[in-house]
Amino acid sequence: MVAWLDTLIQGVLLGGLYALYATGLSLIFGIMRLVNLAHGDLIVFGAFLILALATALGIDSVLAFAIAVPIMFAVGYALQAFLFNRTLGADILAPLLVSFGLSIVIQNGLLEAFSADTRRLPIGEVAGMSLPLGGGIAVGVMPLLSLAAAIVVVVGLNQLFYRTGLGRALRATSDDTETAQLMGIDNERIYAIAMGLAMAVCAVAAFFLGSRAPFDPSIGPARLIYAFEAVIIGGLGSLWGTLAGGIVVGVAQTIGARVNPEWQILAGHVAFLVVLVLRPRGFFPRAVD
Amino acid sequence: MADLPATPSPRRFRVETNARPLVIAGLAAVALVLIVLPVFAGRAALQDFFFIFTMLALAQYWNLLAGYAGLVSVGQQAFVGLGAYSLFAATLLAGLDPFVAILISGVVAAALALPTALVVFRLRGAYFAIGTWVAAEVFRLVFAQFKQLGGGTGTSLGPDIANSLAGLEWVARTFGVRNSAARDIITYWVALALLIGTLTLVYALLRSRRGLALAAIRDSEPAADSLGVDGFRTKLVVYVLTAFGTGMVGALIYFQKARISPDAAFSVFDWTAYVIFIVVIGGIGTMEGPIVGAIVLYFLQDYLASFGAWYLIALGGLAAAVMLVAPQGLWGFFARWSDFQVFPVRRRLSTPDRDDHSPAGSR
Repeated sequence: MVAWLDTLIQGVLLGGLYALYATGLSLIFGIMRLVNLAHGDLIVFGAFLILALATALGIDSVLAFAIAVPIMFAVGYALQAFLFNRTLGADILAPLLVSFGLSIVIQNGLLEAFSADTRRLPIGEVAGMSLPLGGGIAVGVMPLLSLAAAIVVVVGLNQLFYRTGLGRALRATSDDTETAQLMGIDNERIYAIAMGLAMAVCAVAAFFLGSRAPFDPSIGPARLIYAFEAVIIGGLGSLWGTLAGGIVVGVAQTIGARVNPEWQILAGHVAFLVVLVLRPRGFFPRAVD
Repeated sequence: MADLPATPSPRRFRVETNARPLVIAGLAAVALVLIVLPVFAGRAALQDFFFIFTMLALAQYWNLLAGYAGLVSVGQQAFVGLGAYSLFAATLLAGLDPFVAILISGVVAAALALPTALVVFRLRGAYFAIGTWVAAEVFRLVFAQFKQLGGGTGTSLGPDIANSLAGLEWVARTFGVRNSAARDIITYWVALALLIGTLTLVYALLRSRRGLALAAIRDSEPAADSLGVDGFRTKLVVYVLTAFGTGMVGALIYFQKARISPDAAFSVFDWTAYVIFIVVIGGIGTMEGPIVGAIVLYFLQDYLASFGAWYLIALGGLAAAVMLVAPQGLWGFFARWSDFQVFPVRRRLSTPDRDDHSPAGSR
């Protein structure tokens, strides 16, 4: 019984990480109906960026992470302004295939720059620390921090959306692009800001990805898939839903891994498929696709 | 079509596609040359053609899905892998003849495509794309559990099975070659047969009522729906048909490789990224485009593959650039100033008394 409770807790914590992967994807879908197939690779890119900054400047990973956040924002802004804004329109093929091409470019670019070796972000003693909860259950500090970060990100983004002028512009563009434009909103700039925000969130995801487990240039697509599952399970357009979706995937994976270590990833996919069959619009749908 | 009695001057109209006898004769000549090619060509050339034929067949199926049915899948590796594993199961475990096994592989892929479709069709547009990818991942992880087929590390076809091909001895004797070379000749022919079958199937489908329905759905699903086109059923038929063909091609590719692993057989990169590249570079939504794209990919592969990661960066960048700058691809570029079509599927309105070919129907 305690073992299963432990599994459940570890699953929720893992779900925090998946929610971090998924929030950026959920954000850009909610605002511009764009599905970025390079999302996972951009997270891995963020992890390598933090690593490169830390190594090149000889600074701590946490400080490098703080520098990486605005850089990732700029990368996202530029990607949207120069690339994805040119694919806007009714046709879904262009954004899909352009982002698929980008995914291949990023993966192989990272491979060329950093080789296929697995890396880890050095964060010192925190990496191995854990808090005993009693009853033989202990939670790692980093997993706990990643769940906390996911909650902070979701709260922060919701504050931005509902408390600021920028948030109003973002929501207006999401609801009705044409009318928002009539009110003087430059939708292409709004989209670029949204992608910048999504990439800033990806930097947070990248920090926890890199400090919790080893990473290499090839792991991006799997992150995209976990993020996607979290978004669909949670329901399109709801950030809290995405957090819940991430937790569902995380719990399913730890339960699967407990039954048979080879079943971890499969269990996450199966949970996703079951939700898709039973509740095709997810648990907390807001947007209509 | 029928008379239009309401028009002031009654004139007979016909809606037709303009298949030219000369083009048909040309295609037949090309097919004939390719059939007798093993007489002149060496083993390496046959293997190159095998690559082009199989990739082109996969590309035609993906193009049918994405370019005609509007179902952009990044999970076609599911059916390549299913076909490949079915072949290995049928030959290694059930001891069936490889030819029979290839056919069975197509049936297995189609049979599993049906439940897959019922799940992934719940997702629309871009989400459908990632949904198909998840489905492929599920199949990959499930097949990694089959210990009889080597689990996660995979397994090989022994020479006894590879040499059990019907007609192998005859080919070896006639061409005066060893068994391994004779096997390449037979797999070349099978690949050619699958390709011709694929082109015929896709062409026939696009010229049929169902093809017209597909074009209508792609151009506007609500409009097609209001005219009584059953979008769901039409898409389902195309999805399952595509899985059948993709499964057979996958089975053949892995019979030729004679070695399988879940990571390779269900690789999104090998079986979907290259295929998308072929279709996008050549021109999506045309049957000619993928032919151009497959030839381009072959030459790029031949000259640039030694550059490794840089080659792949160039491929990804090129595909993205074409999508942004010239979404009609190379064939579309050509078609802009020429009316020539190898596979005419566009319907035209023609009147016998005036040779006025004004386009009608879909593009």
